[in-house]
Amino acid sequence: MGAETRRLIAERAAREVTYGMMVNLGIGIPTLVADYIPASLDVMLHTENGILGMGGSPEAGHEDGNLSNAGGYPVTIQPGASFFDSAEAFGMVRRGYLDLTILGALEVSGKGDIANWIVPGKRVPGMGGAIDLAQKAKKVIVLMSHTTKEGYPKIVQECSLPLTVKEGADMIMTERAVMKVEEGNLYLLEVMPGYSVADVLNATEARVNVDHVRGQTY
Amino acid sequence: MRSKTCDLSELDILKDNMTIMCGGFGGVGSPPSLIEWILDSGIKNITLICNDAGFPWIGPGKLVTEKRVSTLIASHIGSNPEAGKQMHRGELNVQFYPQGTLAEKIRAGGMGLGGILVDVGLGTSVEEGKEKAVVQGKEYMIEPALTADLSIVACKQADLYGNLLYDQSARNTNPLVAQAGDLTIAEAAEIVQIGELDPEQIVTQGVFVDHVIKSKGVDWKWVWELKREG
Repeated sequence: MGAETRRLIAERAAREVTYGMMVNLGIGIPTLVADYIPASLDVMLHTENGILGMGGSPEAGHEDGNLSNAGGYPVTIQPGASFFDSAEAFGMVRRGYLDLTILGALEVSGKGDIANWIVPGKRVPGMGGAIDLAQKAKKVIVLMSHTTKEGYPKIVQECSLPLTVKEGADMIMTERAVMKVEEGNLYLLEVMPGYSVADVLNATEARVNVDHVRGQTY
Repeated sequence: MRSKTCDLSELDILKDNMTIMCGGFGGVGSPPSLIEWILDSGIKNITLICNDAGFPWIGPGKLVTEKRVSTLIASHIGSNPEAGKQMHRGELNVQFYPQGTLAEKIRAGGMGLGGILVDVGLGTSVEEGKEKAVVQGKEYMIEPALTADLSIVACKQADLYGNLLYDQSARNTNPLVAQAGDLTIAEAAEIVQIGELDPEQIVTQGVFVDHVIKSKGVDWKWVWELKREG
């Protein structure tokens, strides 16, 4: 997926962020979402490694090895930020304070099951904080490519990979579509620029309800 | 008051087959001088408990890369391809836990508890083989606490009693790991006299810390530094 497309998806995801939210952004496209959240929304970005109130990247030359995001890259902090240990970082997630988590996935089912941490026998990076976040955040948005590199649908009837969370996804955004999952059903809401409803359906294995399509995203 | 500062060469505690817990997250906040000391000792067959496997040449990742670790208890190894290779070859036994659960298992160990009740991962492969309990009508997994023969942590400041202050996001798992070691060594960027740290600010109480050493500083390059240099 090109940089432009990744930015388009991130920009769309940022529109789901509302005033005062506590938000956690995963690695990859989700990280880009931060660039599109207006400062006026007073959002507190949360990181697994113990920052609430994370800011953007520092200017070149002002990086601090001891101030980074969960991916290990240098960040800054916003006024009102705090540092804490990893138990507290996840305590606030389990307790239900995280309004929104935006993460990547390998597969999502039409019911909202998410698989994103293991391809048995091939890639076993570990779940990191993905299970805690996906299970406990009030709202979960998955950002990913609509299909695999080989062109197979990633939005499937049933996930074939081990799950990160059962029925966890609330929204799915890809280069082709914006979808929502509600009560075990998948709804197409918007079609991204350059694609048609048919393009979305042809690349989606799960059953999609198209009664609520609002039109093009941009 | 007795000072807990020490000369590592006088400590005879490193042994094959020991369980070592290491603070840090992606290598940030991992103690470089203590990791080097363990590498230099030549001990092997370590059970290593840490948030993640770091990077191949950053943090506890070095111990994995140098094949000193036989069992790794972590939440993530994706940033250290060497760990993945060893796991697939059957040389490294990896036990994964959700990050928050792992942190809490370590915290429980340090707090003298037997374990925790947690529902993170119910409905996924995480619950396979786990003992369950129903408490107040809700189902939980019983996750035993984790402790270690030796805990190694990094901090910004230590006083001679072993009270510790951390540096921004380098705090991460360090306060938890410091509490969970049967023996805990803290590597400090700066060591100060007793009374110099503000009691209101102290994060780890010296009672949890057995020895304090002065850090020689980070001896690796961060990924973003390498990228910048091309």
